[in-house]
Amino acid sequence: MNYLNPQYSLLLDPFSLFFLFVIFLISLPSAVYAVGYMKNEYTAKKITYGWFLFAAFVFSMAAVVTTANAFVFLVFWEIMSLVSYFLVVFDTGKKQSVNAGALYIIMTHIGTAFIIAAFILMYKHSGSFEFSAIKNAAALMTSSEKNLIFAFLLIGFGTKAGVVPLHLWLPYAHPQAPSHISSVMSGVMIKIAIYGLVRFVFFVLGVNSLWWGNIVLLIAAISCLVGVIYALMEHDIKKLLAYHSVENIGIILFGVGAAMVFIKLNMPVLAVLALSAGLYHLINHAVFKSLLFLCAGSVYKATGLRDMEKMGGLIKFMPWTAAFFLFGALAISAIPPFNGFVSEWLVFQSFFAGALNCPTAGARIMMGIYASVLALTGGLAAACFVKAFGITFLAMPRSKNAQEAKEAPFSMKISMAFLAILTLVLGLAAPFILKIISNIAVTATGPNQTGIWPPVFSLKEFTTLPSSNGLIGISPVLILLMLVVTVGITVALVYVFARKRKVSTGLTWDCGYYKLDSRTEYTATAFSKPFRIAFSFFLKPYTKTEKIKESQYHIKSFRYELYNTYVFKKYFYKLGLEITLRAARYLKRLQAGSIHLYIAYIFLAILVLMFFYGK
Amino acid sequence: MKLFNAALQLSVLIIIAPLLSGIIRKIKNNLRLRVGPGIFQPYYNIAKLFSKDEVISVNSSCIFRIAPYVVLSSSVAALALVPAFMPQISFWAAGDFLAVIFLLALGRFFLALAGLDTGSSFGGMGSSREMFISSFVEPAAILAIFAVSVAGGTTNMASLSLVSFVRPSAIVAAVAFFIVLLAETSRLPIDNQETHLELTMIHEAMVLEYSGPSLALIDMAAHIKQILFMTIAVNAVLPPAVSNVLLPFAPLSGFAFYCLKILIVGTCVALLEVSIAKMRLFRSVDFLLFGFLLSAITFIIAILGF
Repeated sequence: MNYLNPQYSLLLDPFSLFFLFVIFLISLPSAVYAVGYMKNEYTAKKITYGWFLFAAFVFSMAAVVTTANAFVFLVFWEIMSLVSYFLVVFDTGKKQSVNAGALYIIMTHIGTAFIIAAFILMYKHSGSFEFSAIKNAAALMTSSEKNLIFAFLLIGFGTKAGVVPLHLWLPYAHPQAPSHISSVMSGVMIKIAIYGLVRFVFFVLGVNSLWWGNIVLLIAAISCLVGVIYALMEHDIKKLLAYHSVENIGIILFGVGAAMVFIKLNMPVLAVLALSAGLYHLINHAVFKSLLFLCAGSVYKATGLRDMEKMGGLIKFMPWTAAFFLFGALAISAIPPFNGFVSEWLVFQSFFAGALNCPTAGARIMMGIYASVLALTGGLAAACFVKAFGITFLAMPRSKNAQEAKEAPFSMKISMAFLAILTLVLGLAAPFILKIISNIAVTATGPNQTGIWPPVFSLKEFTTLPSSNGLIGISPVLILLMLVVTVGITVALVYVFARKRKVSTGLTWDCGYYKLDSRTEYTATAFSKPFRIAFSFFLKPYTKTEKIKESQYHIKSFRYELYNTYVFKKYFYKLGLEITLRAARYLKRLQAGSIHLYIAYIFLAILVLMFFYGK
Repeated sequence: MKLFNAALQLSVLIIIAPLLSGIIRKIKNNLRLRVGPGIFQPYYNIAKLFSKDEVISVNSSCIFRIAPYVVLSSSVAALALVPAFMPQISFWAAGDFLAVIFLLALGRFFLALAGLDTGSSFGGMGSSREMFISSFVEPAAILAIFAVSVAGGTTNMASLSLVSFVRPSAIVAAVAFFIVLLAETSRLPIDNQETHLELTMIHEAMVLEYSGPSLALIDMAAHIKQILFMTIAVNAVLPPAVSNVLLPFAPLSGFAFYCLKILIVGTCVALLEVSIAKMRLFRSVDFLLFGFLLSAITFIIAILGF
């Protein structure tokens, strides 16, 4: 291959187009939002720079998903990583941004290194970087080579997707970028990693062994639980959302992993169902997570705060932002009839179908366990968003900044409104959308082992989703209808029977204390305390108490701080860092600064070369 | 006809829901050698609340005002998806039991927000605990009904109600589901409906600021939720199809049989409530984990084909 003149063959199959659609679906409202968001926040020069980076970012992502050449893929992948690094450190004045950026660029390059290694292994067989050539060569690869390539791809793309334990950078990098970038990073960029994984595993390599799917499912389960538990502990609203991205990537990988298992067990219909569930959740997560990040951004712009403990009562000052955030919160908590419910329901159905139909009892029981992990995740996510919405938007403001908040400008509201409506549309129009998505998923799973293509979902009634075994499943439209009708009847009944009652306002009951203010409100820390205690085996919380003394004899006040131990950081990354540093300290003796030593090295090198050449 | 059946079953269940609470309370009182209020007291309470004025906290927002309506409608919508005694109901196409669980989550979400909305520590405490308990209850509930679904081959409640035989796994599932029921209907040992003690209340703490018709709606939603969970529990063991096969004059005899089943579960709840004390919040996690393990065992039994 001529590296100076690579073949820019485009790949525009349904699978690529799906991702292209997701990229532009999220980038468009984010761009409109950026108009209002960057105004007054940055200088004119900086805004121009920001637009350039934004355009480059969107373009590189679009290029990654539409190339048919692994080399070109890699080039745009790297551009995407670099541009997103510059976006993470966009607020260069802040030390946190620079640190988060450094962590991000190191982690993302470790991931890229693994992807390059996987590509080189594939190139070794195919002699070409074209996907089609690699696919043909994949038939000749040995099983162990395929396993190695898969492991490299999983680590490489997993780092970008932010799966546990490679998630470390995500909760630092995503929140540090400006909010419209956080929205695109969390909403779209981590999905590009899913694209890479599915593209290379399903389309190019082909699922080789059963453990591939099983390990993806296991990673998904761990990501779900760890992501949501850390999110519950988090009080920085953007960081909380970033941890939820880890959780939701887990849910998407549930679908992908289950599809891999089903392919290997020769159950193509279920594979299509599971992959559709994963892809459906992918687009849903893109929509509601961007929405939530945009809302968090508009709160940040209005108050200058990211710490939820200092907010409160914002629903009175920013009713639109609050309403949009509520839509997003309901969607991410999988509450009907919003979109998150539909895709989580589909993932549940995939697991249930697996529990019914898998050939081995072990696989069937595992499917049930994963379903309950998903249920636990859903419950915890709902609790987390009750906290996020309740503490941020309800009750009394906890700081002066929160008291003086103003509603977001029109350009920000319109883009949030667009995404908020989409959460409902993607939920209610589920049968149509599922049909499209299952048509895409079927191209990925391919025909079964005897070469017969599985049927895509055909729908008799357009309001209902098919259940895994062909019976009628759920109808989001009908659920909404039932809710609306019941609310209508209730309102009428209350009007008829309780028309004459008076509604007056009074103080919240205060046990005769008369001094309820924002300091006596329930806080986010207090709200998450039961969870902190229940998961203390994992979180290992510890406290620091400090006495602030006026003089030697008199203590003026106490300072009390609460921390969680981040086990992956402490036991996994710290260890790796220490080993690296120790090795570096050892190796630095080679380069002691003595010119004599260096001349000796050169001399030795020549000797060695001569020796080999003479041979 | 189908729509009529659905409306009939739904309205009958909604009407008898408070009665069930009244009966359970009466049994409890009699077991404690008290006379207690009559079994129709819950109706009187609701009627009384409807005639009362309402006081709303100055701190609260529209969330506080709309929450009772959302809570009630989510319970009613969930109840519409559950087969009880009528055969062939059109609403069942709208959702399976996962939809039931998530619809109840909708109501809970808004009630927890309403608890936080007034700025009172009681409300916040109640919301926090409610979400805490429910996040452990949901997996147990889903796994238990998954186990029952394995025999029917579908998660759709209507098809489940056509499975007309008794399975060992269904009996264990019903026990697991009974634990879920205790937690979801704020019963002992998780919560206590009869107390307003600050440190122990969960559901009552969340709704502390409500008064008048709004409180009536929330109470009604709680009654409906209770009958909903009891219906699922009894129909897991003895599906309505059993009663339709065994007894003549369906659906009237089916209704009588259903009432009998519900009363038995109600009596069990009452017996349990008078004989045990409330658990500490963090002990109840152990109790719920026991429920979860029981569901997991049920699931394994069901997978193995029993």
